[in-house]
Amino acid sequence: MIDRSKNRATPTRKDFQSNQEVRWCPACGDYSILSQVQKIVPTLGIEKEKFVFVSGIGCSSRFPYYMNTYGFHTIHGRAPTIATGLKVANPDLSVWVITGDGDALSIGGNHLIHALRRNMDIKILLFNNRIYGLTKGQYSPTSEQGKKTKSTPAGSPDYPVHPVSLALAAEATFVARAIDTDTKHLAGVIERAARHRGSAFIEIFQNCNIFNDGAFDEFKARDVRDERVVRLEQGKPVRFGKEGGRGIRLRNCTLEAVSSGPGEEPPDCIVHDEKSRSFIAYMLARMEYPEFPVAIGVFRDLEKPTYGELLDEQGDFRIAGDTAEALRSLLHTGETWVVGNE
Amino acid sequence: MDEKLGRIRRQQAAAPGIMMAKKKISDKPSSTGEDRESVVIRFAGDSGDGMQLTGRQFSNTSAIAGNDISTLPDFPAEIRAPAGSIPGVSAYQIHFSSVDILTPGDEPEVLVAMNPAALKSNLHDLKPDGRVIVNTDAFTGANLKKANYEASPLDDGTLASFQVIAIPIATLNAKALEGIDLPRKEADRSKNLWALGLLYWLYDRPLEPTLRWLERKFAGNDILIEANRTALLAGYAYAEASEIFTTHFRVREALIAPGRYRKITGNEALVLGCVAAGILAKTQVIYASYPITPASEILHGLSTYRRLGVRTVQAEDEIAAMGMVVGAAFGGGLAVTGTSGPGLALKAEAINLAVMAELPCVIINVQRAGPSTGMPTKTEQGDLLQAVFGRNGESPVAVLAQSTPSDGFDVVLEAFRTAVRHMVPVIILSDGYLGNGAEPWKIPDIESLEPIDMFHPEGGGKPFHPYERAADTLARPWAIPGTAGLEHRIGGLEKEDVTGDVSYDPANHQRMTDLRREKLKKIADFYPPVEVDGDGEGDLLVLSWGSTFGAVRTAVGKCRGEGRSVSHVHLRHVHPFPNDLGEIIGRFGRVLIPELNGGQLLFLIRSAYLVGAEGLNKVEGRPFMVAEVASRIREMT
Ligand code: SF4
Repeated sequence: MIDRSKNRATPTRKDFQSNQEVRWCPACGDYSILSQVQKIVPTLGIEKEKFVFVSGIGCSSRFPYYMNTYGFHTIHGRAPTIATGLKVANPDLSVWVITGDGDALSIGGNHLIHALRRNMDIKILLFNNRIYGLTKGQYSPTSEQGKKTKSTPAGSPDYPVHPVSLALAAEATFVARAIDTDTKHLAGVIERAARHRGSAFIEIFQNCNIFNDGAFDEFKARDVRDERVVRLEQGKPVRFGKEGGRGIRLRNCTLEAVSSGPGEEPPDCIVHDEKSRSFIAYMLARMEYPEFPVAIGVFRDLEKPTYGELLDEQGDFRIAGDTAEALRSLLHTGETWVVGNE
Repeated sequence: MDEKLGRIRRQQAAAPGIMMAKKKISDKPSSTGEDRESVVIRFAGDSGDGMQLTGRQFSNTSAIAGNDISTLPDFPAEIRAPAGSIPGVSAYQIHFSSVDILTPGDEPEVLVAMNPAALKSNLHDLKPDGRVIVNTDAFTGANLKKANYEASPLDDGTLASFQVIAIPIATLNAKALEGIDLPRKEADRSKNLWALGLLYWLYDRPLEPTLRWLERKFAGNDILIEANRTALLAGYAYAEASEIFTTHFRVREALIAPGRYRKITGNEALVLGCVAAGILAKTQVIYASYPITPASEILHGLSTYRRLGVRTVQAEDEIAAMGMVVGAAFGGGLAVTGTSGPGLALKAEAINLAVMAELPCVIINVQRAGPSTGMPTKTEQGDLLQAVFGRNGESPVAVLAQSTPSDGFDVVLEAFRTAVRHMVPVIILSDGYLGNGAEPWKIPDIESLEPIDMFHPEGGGKPFHPYERAADTLARPWAIPGTAGLEHRIGGLEKEDVTGDVSYDPANHQRMTDLRREKLKKIADFYPPVEVDGDGEGDLLVLSWGSTFGAVRTAVGKCRGEGRSVSHVHLRHVHPFPNDLGEIIGRFGRVLIPELNGGQLLFLIRSAYLVGAEGLNKVEGRPFMVAEVASRIREMT
């Protein structure tokens, strides 16, 4: 391969926009995520041709068509497997998986778990809109219990899955959550995921304004979000509310939200530690409104050898230089015998 | 094109041709014992008795001694079925010969039965007047009951038509091992070596290969080496001294083409073929697979070849394995997976993605008896139609069939060449009989192996069209991520001709469907002419595919020897069919298609050529006997 990466101008956001007309519903949350990704990828110092966006099936999975990079719009739920094969074949690539709540957590649940636990160096962005959009509005594995949809006229009896706690339990080394409309925060989280070595998982709350409009409004709406959303920041106390007047503390192995008097700091707040393997990340991930504020940010960021690095450590992988010698070593090793003259 | 054709012809010639190259033995006078041309024996015992190991040792030794061999291992799916029970019986049949043989033999002349259940489940295959060697120590009341014998078959006349050699093998073995510091239970574990020693004397086999193997296998454990060695020698000495056998038999070296040989099973041949493909393509091989009987050995084998460019991934499931293969193919590797029927069913979806994305990959299906879980360790050819048709939509893939254990090497090379030349998924159909069966293999001449051409375009300023096709093959370019200037998107949605953009245009869908079908058909332009064994026209054409090669070729040869007008065509290319096949079929009065299924090739041939072909079909979990095929040919000629 000719290396054309040298002497090239730094790519810009525009270089990553494809010529395809974007076909999501107007005002869909997907637009903002696409725009943040297109903003971040040129800044990573990776050549454009090394990015590959792999997706499954669903509204979000149209994403690769809108990126002017290599892309593979695959089959329902299987994107992590295709990304894994691609990364194994070509470890130099920056491989991204774009998926949704149905794609990643229902039909593809198994693959998600295993891609994460292997610490494959792939970046998984899960657009969680808590509904099936492309099939026109059935409940999804993240829909709240009792949700009335076309397939559950009397309300869904299913208990929902919590994507972040699932990713933590699957031993992902980078786990985060962001909100489509909180673009600056979203961009920051995407950038950190991109720079993480190993499996990175981001749950992005994404509004489907057609089939599940306002699913996250009760906590993300501009007028209430300070009180109902808590941003996790490394090494800082977990605080929220106007001027940080409220916080989260640990009592008797459970979390509780505490408030301080005016001008005071809330007492005994947890200091957030992404590097910790403790169960606190898990508990923070499961905080739900109205009992708690909803946590966004990075829950876990651990350094652990990746699948590729572990394979490399086993050494001795090489593509044979001398064909005849390699074939001889392949075919003539082991018990052989000669008939007549060789 | 001509050069390519020649190359394929040469590859083909290397496959079943090896066996054909052997010449008839010249009759040398025998020093001791009686000369025999070919012998079939079977070891049978409890799964815990080490029968597979015993059989493998006997076949290795025979191969090294210069015989042609063909083997048929038969073992239970359960890891440890209840000891002494019929489901727990494990057997290994070996056909060894001084002439060219193609099957493990119809009827053994010696059956070694280590317990009553082994006797019960194997006796019906023994040749009339055959020898049955029984380990009398295992014929206890409890064991007889487990085998559903009301009275001991050793006393009640059951064995009247056979030569019975009743030996307390366990007792004699324990006695031989008395001086060795091993508990009786441990000592008993080497009674299979004792039996092996007995058979080694009976058939005049050298002991050295097994002694050498024991040293390797138990390296560092001198007691076990000593115990097993003692058992082997004791069995051998017993046969010589006890005069239970009046003579011993010699099966002389087969006069086969000179060269270096190794013994190979079908799965081993597939492994070597995959590694060789990577070397010949100067690229990496990625094998992603989920463990499944009887294909797991391919994963085990390939996982040891990192130093020759193979990366293996044990996937979380069959679907994931196929997804990884598609991803690896997109990334430019030689991507391959192995599975068996139930796994192929799960892989259908991702194979179809490779069809739509037009990515090259190889899927090995070591077939087993179905439907569903079926009989995992038993052989069958039940997946032909699944391979050809088992996906949604109009979904053409190439299907190749392996015909002998060693043919696995050639079939994998051809599969990769086809996949990358035509940008298609290629399914290889093997089966449990081929996967586990073994034969001697003449190691191919390294220089005769042609490189595999891999072509990846470079970016060159022009707009890149991922679905612009080559004229001779209609293959699209294999542009791989990491190549600047060729960034493009592919996927499972219908593609617009040439540009590869998503398209729902009706006329375009028709055109793309036609193109995919046409592209597949063009593969047949690269096949060598179909070889007809026997006359090019006549009364009966026997048409077969896959693992039935040995039995059908032998049966046809026999019947032709009787003066019957019968010829044989064995198909390597089951989809698409060779261009000249229809014309050849037309030159025969009748067509017989023997298959280990309900008539699947029969279905395809009838519909492709509108001929009244007839089937010979069975699904008993085991291969055809030569006699079964021959008797049907006799009925028809
Ligand atoms: S259906 Fe919902 S998720 Fe899909 S594109 Fe429209 S708004 Fe977005």
